Amino acid sequence: MGKIELRAVRKAFEATEVIPDLDLDIEDGEFAVFVGPSGCGKSTLLRLIAGLEDVTSGRIDIDGRDMTRVAPAKRKLAMVFQSYALYPHMTVRRNIGFPLKMAGLDRAAIDRKVEDAARILNLTPYLERRPGELSGGQRQRVAIGRAIVREPAAFLFDEPLSNLDAALRVNMRLEISELHQKLGTTMVYVTHDQVEAMTMADKIVVLNAGRIEQVGSPIELYSRPANRFVAAFIGSPKMNLIDGREAERQGAAAIGVRPEHIRVSRDEGAWKGTVTVVEHLGSDTFLHVDVPGVTSINARTPGEYGIKPGEPVWLTPEEGRIHRFDREGRAL
Amino acid sequence: MATAQTRAAARLMAAPAVLLLLAWMVIPLGMTLYFSTLRYNLLMPGMEVFVGFENYEFFVTDPAFWIAFQNTLVMVGSILVITVGGGILLALLLDQPIWGQGVVRLMVIAPFFVMPVVSALVWKNLLMHPVNGLFAWLARSAGFTPIDWLSQVPLLSIIMIVSWQWLPFATLILLTALQSLDREQQEAAEMDGAGPGSRFWYLTLPHLSRAITVVILIQTIFLLSVFAEILVTTGGGPGNATTTITYLVYVQALLQFDVGGASAGGVIAIILANIVAIFLIRSIGRNLDR
Amino acid sequence: MARTVSAPRKTAMTIVAWLVGALIFFPVFWTVLTSFKTELEAISTPPALIDFAWTTENYRVVNTRSNYPLHAMNSVVIALGSTLLGLLIAIPAAWAFAFSPGRRTKDVLLWMLSTKMLPAVGVLVPIYLIFRDYGLLDTRTGLVIVLTMINLPIIVWMLYTYFREIPGDILEAARMDGASLPKEVIYVLLPMAVPGIASTMLLNIILAWNEAFWTLNLTAARAAPLTAFIAAYSSPEGLFWAKLSAASTMAIAPILIMGWFSQKQLVRGLTFGAVK
Ligand SMILES: Nc1ncnc2c1ncn2[C@@H]1O[C@H](COP(=O)(O)OP(=O)(O)OP(=O)(O)O)[C@@H](O)[C@H]1O
Ligand SMILES: [Mg+2]
Repeated sequence: MGKIELRAVRKAFEATEVIPDLDLDIEDGEFAVFVGPSGCGKSTLLRLIAGLEDVTSGRIDIDGRDMTRVAPAKRKLAMVFQSYALYPHMTVRRNIGFPLKMAGLDRAAIDRKVEDAARILNLTPYLERRPGELSGGQRQRVAIGRAIVREPAAFLFDEPLSNLDAALRVNMRLEISELHQKLGTTMVYVTHDQVEAMTMADKIVVLNAGRIEQVGSPIELYSRPANRFVAAFIGSPKMNLIDGREAERQGAAAIGVRPEHIRVSRDEGAWKGTVTVVEHLGSDTFLHVDVPGVTSINARTPGEYGIKPGEPVWLTPEEGRIHRFDREGRAL
Repeated sequence: MATAQTRAAARLMAAPAVLLLLAWMVIPLGMTLYFSTLRYNLLMPGMEVFVGFENYEFFVTDPAFWIAFQNTLVMVGSILVITVGGGILLALLLDQPIWGQGVVRLMVIAPFFVMPVVSALVWKNLLMHPVNGLFAWLARSAGFTPIDWLSQVPLLSIIMIVSWQWLPFATLILLTALQSLDREQQEAAEMDGAGPGSRFWYLTLPHLSRAITVVILIQTIFLLSVFAEILVTTGGGPGNATTTITYLVYVQALLQFDVGGASAGGVIAIILANIVAIFLIRSIGRNLDR
Repeated sequence: MARTVSAPRKTAMTIVAWLVGALIFFPVFWTVLTSFKTELEAISTPPALIDFAWTTENYRVVNTRSNYPLHAMNSVVIALGSTLLGLLIAIPAAWAFAFSPGRRTKDVLLWMLSTKMLPAVGVLVPIYLIFRDYGLLDTRTGLVIVLTMINLPIIVWMLYTYFREIPGDILEAARMDGASLPKEVIYVLLPMAVPGIASTMLLNIILAWNEAFWTLNLTAARAAPLTAFIAAYSSPEGLFWAKLSAASTMAIAPILIMGWFSQKQLVRGLTFGAVK
């Protein structure tokens, strides 16, 4: 069981307020992802849940029990750190077994559980090695192993993949998702990578300067962003945001269209512009187009599109895929 | 990083060290200050009377004090010049690519680990003895009359002995600083046509300035309390020729049993040391912020 | 640091460096050499370099006819005792300063340093009187206390600079894993800090072994360590140079070897981390 409820949580480091006032529910078994730009308070929020920091005010319930003043070890949570935070002087076996040793289990029980975890994580051949003798991905798995042997109510991950190279990151992403499905335990996952958020989350929490901008499923955030911040943050490449005359015509302070929702044509359309840069990915082609009176617009077309910089092009936003925002940036 | 719990634990863990040091500082210091205002001789117990600043007056008007003050300044000053100057040269030398650098390093830092009593006695007897010492033999071999180092040039002798002990310290620290010097910067300067002289003056020396400051300050603290070397060689003499303030206070306290006078001297020594300490602590504190 | 220089230049530099090194090392070498001479050869001129009758007689005499073993034992007990006691007090404090710093941590650290700057003579009289009144004069206990206190700031500082290099998340991970504070320190922090603690111990043993103000002024016979034993040679009778050399060699050898091993860490310890 691992329902986490935050009520009116506030956190200030001396004079600087990092989290002004925040309410959030994470359901049992849910995979919740915190995303937001660097310094927005994601780690701080996670550490508040973990109990590594005190809340300035407010209350944190885990499984319906008030845990606000409870020591980290007693919250039945396990955390995986960005740096892995493995104990460098212990073997993998002792690293994974450490929480069990602290809980006072006997050797045989510790060994059994460690070996089970190692099997799940493909770490069995490495049990007698030290962290220094492992690759980044293996270290990551040891850190996860150390977390799962405790059978916690919820897992907390703080940017666990940011130290891995791109290919390995995709692998580990899948492994963590599989682990979630297998265990069915609540997971809270911090990242600044919105692709990780979109692919892994049941629920995404978008943070900005310590405030929640929007909470919802990946598809909700993608198709109905609550404001300009979320619209620009979710989706890759970024949504085109257009203000000025073009927005006024639509009765909004600004409008947004995702690059994949723009039709490209050589001879007709809503906006005429000039191609400035062409990016060929093979599967898609991205065109950066300078549209006079609008702005520079990024458009995505599937497959190869034979066009060169300097050539004219017509762009048409798809009906019903245009997001409209008011003066405060709220979606209309 | 911390919760109220860890902060409370931290205060508890730091408490023994902080409280013990506080007691170690405040109690004796308070007593010294108090004694310095008493006429108090251990040979006449129970006769203590409050005399205000009389001890200070007595101490400061005693010609021996001014001689000791001057000796202290001369000793500390010359040793600093010798060790810092020599240390820079030695560090530059050891930083060169040479064969057996490790061994040379070991030889150079050895004196620092020799206990002061031993180095003083070895220099006094084996080296500086006017008849059987090595220096005397060297002088005779070269056709000079050997001098009696410790009675003819006592202060210089002490300076030589203590410099020998502290030269390794300066060398070691300056060498460490030198090795963190940016090689590429040096090479860039070389490409720009800067000769070795101007490279030393404009790049190396400024880089070393911090380390030099630290060496000067730390050595000053230790040199102000040089004691064993004087005790076992000259005993402060002949006359007062090698009596420093530290030694004078020792004589006053443990040889003449004048608690009041010695305490006043101690307070004066503290004031002198603090003038240096303030600068040292500032320069180390700046480093903490990093 | 692989700079290429011409061979003649390197040869010249090597010769100069070895000459200077030998000159500085000479008094130590000479002491060791003299310790193997007879008393007569020790004072002979011209001095004998190797062509003398090598003998270990001086070591035997010093070991049997004087109280050398007692004083050596005193030195060991005092140096080790003050170091271990100091570590015991300093480790928790350094943990606190490194991993739970507050607004005043920096000031406290600098203040600790400042107590080290207090000249010994400034507190000689009260310490002497307190020790006299509590029967601590000429006891090992008394010296252990004094040396612990005068070296405590250095121990705290050195440990602090080493602890600061250990990532805080590892300790937090231990905390999440259910380790209580003592277990966090014993199972996680200390094993990771072994190299730092070892060099702190080494430096502190060296400083305590060579300390020559308090050891000379607070001891007479029973608790006198080697510093005081050797200082007794300053007012000798008869021929004594060879014996002085033998006693000196034994007194400095262990420390010299330790010092050679710890020279790198020494810089950091003696400059309070200001030069690394
Ligand atoms: N111990 C602290 N004392 C003072 N300010 C802090 C402390 N820890 C964090 N902050 C501040 O709180 C804000 C949020 O920090 P936090 O580490 O939670 O950001 P983050 O969202 O995790 O960023 P990143 O993606 O870079 O990890 C930052 O502005 C940071 O400077
Ligand atoms: Mg973070």
